[in-house]
Amino acid sequence: MTEAWSQLAYLIASACFIVGLKRLSSPRSAPSGNRLAAIGMLIAIVVTLVQSEVIRYEGIIAGALVGSLIGAVAAYRVQMTAMPQMVAAFNGFGGGASALVSGAELMRLASTGSPPEAAISIPIVAGTLIGAVTLTGSAVAFAKLQELVGGSAFVYPGQQVVNGILALALVATSVMLVMNPEDIRMFWGLFALAGLFGILIVIPIGGADMPVIISLLNAYSGLAACATGFAINNQGLVICGSLVGASGIILTQIMCKAMNRSLANVLFGAFGAGTVSAGATSSATGTVKSGSAEDAAAILDAARSVIIVPGYGLAVAQAQHAVRELGSQLIARGVEVQYAIHPVAGRMPGHMNVLLAEADVPYELLVEMEMINSSFPRTDVALVIGANDVTNPDARDNPASPIYGMPILEVDKSTTVMVCKRSMNPGFAGIDNPLYTLPQTMMLFGDAKGMADDIVRAIKEL
Amino acid sequence: METSLVLMLTVFVLAMFVGFELITKVPPTLHTPLMSGSNAISGITIIGALLAASSEHQGIASVLGGIAVGLAMVNVVGGFLVTDRMLKMFAGRDRKKSS
Repeated sequence: MTEAWSQLAYLIASACFIVGLKRLSSPRSAPSGNRLAAIGMLIAIVVTLVQSEVIRYEGIIAGALVGSLIGAVAAYRVQMTAMPQMVAAFNGFGGGASALVSGAELMRLASTGSPPEAAISIPIVAGTLIGAVTLTGSAVAFAKLQELVGGSAFVYPGQQVVNGILALALVATSVMLVMNPEDIRMFWGLFALAGLFGILIVIPIGGADMPVIISLLNAYSGLAACATGFAINNQGLVICGSLVGASGIILTQIMCKAMNRSLANVLFGAFGAGTVSAGATSSATGTVKSGSAEDAAAILDAARSVIIVPGYGLAVAQAQHAVRELGSQLIARGVEVQYAIHPVAGRMPGHMNVLLAEADVPYELLVEMEMINSSFPRTDVALVIGANDVTNPDARDNPASPIYGMPILEVDKSTTVMVCKRSMNPGFAGIDNPLYTLPQTMMLFGDAKGMADDIVRAIKEL
Repeated sequence: METSLVLMLTVFVLAMFVGFELITKVPPTLHTPLMSGSNAISGITIIGALLAASSEHQGIASVLGGIAVGLAMVNVVGGFLVTDRMLKMFAGRDRKKSS
C-alpha cells in the first residue's frame, strides 16, 4: 500500500475520533461514540501493519500481547474510586510510548548516515521531553493516589532552585541534541533529565490538587503524541495528539477555575503543606448542634425538596450505594431529590458523577454547581456528605480565608443544613468551616455509609 | 522552510481548534470518561511504535519500538474498555427497569 493510501486511512481514523468525541456530548450517544473511536484506532493499527510491510513480528507481537493483557485486566478490575490513579498510569504509558518512539526515530535517522535537520530533530526532542516528563510525573501521581507514598505536598528548602537548575539543564541538553541529533547518548541524557524533572514537579503537589495535575498530564500525553507525529511525519498522530492536548488543557482550566487558583499556583504553591494563615479561624465561633439519624429521618421525611451534596469523603467511606438508597427512599415518599456536584468533588474531573452513576443514581438528578446554586434558597434540606471546603461560606464571605474566591455550593442558603461528618476535624486545607456553627445546621457525626444506612432504616420505620 | 512542515502545522492548528470546540461541548458529568477515552486516543502513538518496532534496523531502536507498542497498547485497550464500562453505567440505565 502506498504512503498516500495509508495517510487517507489515518484521515478516516481521525474522522472517527472526532465524531466519537462529538458523541460524548450526551450520556445517551456516548457509548456509540467510544466504540466509533475504537474502530478508528483499529483502522489505524491495521493499515499501519499492512503498509509497513512488517518483516519482524517478534517485538510487535510480544508488546501487543503484554500491553493488551495489562490494559484489559486493569480496565475490568479497576474500582471506580481508583479511576484517577488508573487514568494517571495510562497517561504515563502514553507519554512514555511517545518518548520511546521519538528515540527510536532518532536512532533510525542517525543510522542512515544523514542526520535529521531541525524540522525533524526539534519535534523529536519535544516528544522525548514531554513524553518522559509525562511518564515519571504520572508515576508519582499514581503512587500518591494509590497511597503508595504520602499524598500530601512534599516540599524541601531550595526546591524552586533545584527545579530551576534542572529546567536550565533540560533546555541546554535539548539545544545540544537538536544541534547534534546523531549523538544518541544525548538522547538518553535528555530522557533521564526529563524523567527526573517529571518526578520533582509532581512531588510538591498535594492530594487535593490531583484533579489539576491529572488533567495537565493528560494534555502532556496528547502533546507528546503530537510532537512525535511531527517527528515521523504522520498526520494521524498530529490530529489525535492535538485533540487530546486540547481536552487536557480545557479540563486543566476548568479544575483551576473551580479552585480559584492559577495553574502556576497549583504547580508551585505547594498548597496543603501545612502552612495555613492564622486569619482562617476567624468566624467559626458559634455552637455546634448535633443530631441523630432519627432526627435527620424525621426532617428529611417532612421536606418537600432535598439536595444531597456528595464529596470525596463519601467515596472514601464507600457510601455511594447507601446514599443512593436514601435518595430513592425519599423520592418514593414524594420528596424532590437532586445531587449537587462541585467540579472538584473527587480526585479527577467528573469523578463524583461516575461514582454515583455506578451506584445507579440517574444522571438527570446530578446537577452542576452553576445550575443548582440558585435552587438552595428554595430547598428545605441540604444534606452534605463527605464534602467540606466546597461548602465553606468563608470562601464567599471572608476575604481573609485562604480559599476566598473559590466557587462554592451555597448550601448555607437552604432552610436546614445537615452535615454528615466523622468529626469536627477540618478538611485538607486545614480551614475551619463556619457552616457547621450556623443556627440552621445540624451535624450528623459518624461514618457516611453507616449514617446513610441508619437514616434509611429510620425513615422506613416512620 | 518546507511546505510539508507548514502543512503539518496547519493540520496541528486546525485540529487544536476542532478539539477545543468538541471538548467544550462535553458535559461535566462525562469528564471522567472523556479523560479515559481521550487517553485511549492518545494511544495513537502506537502507529509510530509499530513502525519503529518493524524497522529493518536491528538493535536498540526496534527494542524501544517493541516496548512502546506495549505501553501504547495498554493505553488503547485499557482506555477504550474502561471508558465503555463507565459509559454503560450512565446510559445502560434505561434498560435496567429494576432500580
